[in-house]
Amino acid sequence: MKTSKLFMFGSALLLLSLFVLPLWNITLEAPQYPEPLGLNIHINMLSDGNNPNDVKNIDLLNHYIGMQHLPVNMPEFKIFPIVILVMSLLGFIFGFVGKRALYLTWVVAMALLGLAGIYDFYQWLYEYGHNLDPNAILKFLDKSGNPMAYQPPVIGTKKLLNFTVHSYPSYGAYMMTLSMISAFVAFIKSGKEKE
Amino acid sequence: MKFLLKHIAIAFIISAGLLISACGSGGSGNSGALNKTAAEKVFVAPGEWDSHYAFVSGGFSGQLAVYGIPSGRLFKVIPVFSVDAEKAWGFNEETKPMLTTSHGFIPWDDSHHPDISQTKGELDGRWVFINANNTPRIARISLETFETEEIIEIPNSAGNHSSSFVTENTEYVVAGTRFSIPIPQRDMSIKEYKGNFKAALSFLKVDPETGHMNIDFQILMPGFDYDLSHPGRGKSHGWFFFSTYNTEEANTLLEVNASQNDKDFIAAINWKKAQEYVKAGKFKTMSAKYTHNIYENSTHSATSKMETSVRVLDASKLPGLVYLMPTPKSPHGCDVDPTGEYIVGSGKLSASLTVHSFTKMQQAIKDKNFDGEAYGIPILKFDATLAGTVQQPGLGPLHTEFDGRGNAYTTFFISSEVVKWKLGTWEVLDRKPTYYSVGHLMIPGGNSGKPFGKYMIAMNKITKDRYLPTGPEVCQSAQLFDISGDKMELLLDFPTVGEPHYAAGIPAEKIIKRSKKFFKLEENKHPYSVTSEAETKVVRDGKNVHIYMTMIRSHFSPDNIEGIKVGDRVYFHVTNLEQDYDVPHGLGVIGAKTSELLIMPGQTETMVWEPKKPGVWPFYCTDFCSALHQEMQGYIRVSPRNSKVKLSWSLDGE
Repeated sequence: MKTSKLFMFGSALLLLSLFVLPLWNITLEAPQYPEPLGLNIHINMLSDGNNPNDVKNIDLLNHYIGMQHLPVNMPEFKIFPIVILVMSLLGFIFGFVGKRALYLTWVVAMALLGLAGIYDFYQWLYEYGHNLDPNAILKFLDKSGNPMAYQPPVIGTKKLLNFTVHSYPSYGAYMMTLSMISAFVAFIKSGKEKE
Repeated sequence: MKFLLKHIAIAFIISAGLLISACGSGGSGNSGALNKTAAEKVFVAPGEWDSHYAFVSGGFSGQLAVYGIPSGRLFKVIPVFSVDAEKAWGFNEETKPMLTTSHGFIPWDDSHHPDISQTKGELDGRWVFINANNTPRIARISLETFETEEIIEIPNSAGNHSSSFVTENTEYVVAGTRFSIPIPQRDMSIKEYKGNFKAALSFLKVDPETGHMNIDFQILMPGFDYDLSHPGRGKSHGWFFFSTYNTEEANTLLEVNASQNDKDFIAAINWKKAQEYVKAGKFKTMSAKYTHNIYENSTHSATSKMETSVRVLDASKLPGLVYLMPTPKSPHGCDVDPTGEYIVGSGKLSASLTVHSFTKMQQAIKDKNFDGEAYGIPILKFDATLAGTVQQPGLGPLHTEFDGRGNAYTTFFISSEVVKWKLGTWEVLDRKPTYYSVGHLMIPGGNSGKPFGKYMIAMNKITKDRYLPTGPEVCQSAQLFDISGDKMELLLDFPTVGEPHYAAGIPAEKIIKRSKKFFKLEENKHPYSVTSEAETKVVRDGKNVHIYMTMIRSHFSPDNIEGIKVGDRVYFHVTNLEQDYDVPHGLGVIGAKTSELLIMPGQTETMVWEPKKPGVWPFYCTDFCSALHQEMQGYIRVSPRNSKVKLSWSLDGE
């Protein structure tokens, strides 16, 4: 079998790891939390990032500043698994067909979907950080006198009250990147292979 | 005049000796930059952890204190045999059964000898056992929760001093009796003590999975006083050794009358033989009332059961079960070295230490090298078991522990010092003063097959001028020594809770991983627990009112309760809904005649409150839990007995 095909199958396979591994991790550090709180974001759910009960404990703290509970059900948790499944399936099909153009199409499609995903993530974070209970126990104002927002960064580190919030890709995102690289390698290799 | 001169000369020699030794230690202190100072050796930087745990008994406080070594910092006082209002121990409904005995509810005891469970002769860090001296009991403390999980009463015993020591696989934890008594108890003249009073040595089987104890058998012994004990180990595994005093069987002015015999005994009990006798049915079943109290982490509650009988083996009638080894002058400590070969008897009125050899003891038994008998129990010839004598090491030897490098360390109460000596050669290697009048000493694992011979702690009965004065009652203290070198080095002394009677130490890494962080709410099987605010309710059952309450940062649910009447018995069953480390909540209710509640995450506790006057009465959280802790409060309305106010409860009007 051609090496390029193997790489394309590899891509499709790697993508399936997203059903197990989290895409993103948000970690909250504070003096009282020597073991930081953590939130793992998967394609189909949110889970405790660093310790058992992290989701519950993040909600518990957030009620002081009027933030909503972390969602158990979001439309994304239904859509993302379908998208990933379809893309993985297409990856296998494209691998069988073995056309170079299809490989590139797959990479570009994945990249676009990834960007869309990150945009969606940003939207959710904005909503989560701004949609505050007007009866919140603690109400802080920002420098310009507006109610303070508690929006975590999409990527990077930010100080939110007593917490330092780190938001970074997790194992799933690395697997997805690897999957795209693998597909791109398939595209390059197939150019050098004789038909 | 001549007499006086002689004394001056002696004083001169002693002070010269002190001067020389002072110079010696001064010299070693200056021997180079590589030598750490004592301060550096005990300094545990803020945020750093100690390397060892020390579980120090509280003596007459009845509790067990947890210290870090080498810093000497106090972490926790675990309530065991005495009530503790801070932790609601013996005050809340869940723990009251733990302090129930055949004499009823007992709020205090005198806790003496903690011992850590062992596997294959090594400390395994699962449980600490500790004895109650006054109303004889043995407790088991979990080193997952650092809470007392079990207390069993010891029948036919009085002054349970020679316990609670464990065998090398924690097959047994052993209890003794300091007083001999009529067995079974009966009304008789005290003067008829001799020959009529008896003693019972108890062997409690420990379930290797749950740790649950039960009295497998008792050995009925002559009416001596049984002081301390230790298990054989290695080659002497299967034997247990008890020191005795008052073999005179005096019943009054014991300080004189029990100090007449030149030698008392160390009783060697063959417990494997005892097991055979039990198996062969050679025991008598005696009726005896004693409580067995177990605290379950799943229900967060204790139950107390009254046991009704015990199996008794009579040492006078069963050959090969017990042998007596003559040991000079009222031996106190009875300590077995890590190999199991040497049994050190500390004749507390003697100036020397007697060491018996297990191998020689076996030979003497084989050769029937006896020197008569006491109540049918063979007395082995003194010379036949003697391994050696440490000559004139100090005055008033009490206890010995071992460093695992062939050295022994013995405390001397009267001369107030610890003396290091060598097993086998019996030579004295070093001595250091203690401040003052040392009782026990402890080397982590120092009474197991594998001591961790880096630190030694001496526990002192008297401190006088060692600390800032605090009126007539001053603290007792523990002194930490570094014993890793040839000479012992005093590093630190620190005051303790109650009397630091004895301690058990263990490297921290054997415990920290297992230490529980919180109780899982879904595993809470308390009959009155609720796992969410939606389930909270108030239920009236005649004059009893049960409040199913929850607490979470930073409110109670419900926090407004009405419809309680004067004369009601109100049960606050409170569940802490938190599921995070170190977020306890407390409950205080005005006029409550019990203590506060202090409830760990996932736990349920119950306070009984009997309002006497109509009114609206407050309650609040007592443990500073959060930024809104001060807002964590509520009201309970109490109406007159004939009132028509309906039972209702709410949180935020809902």
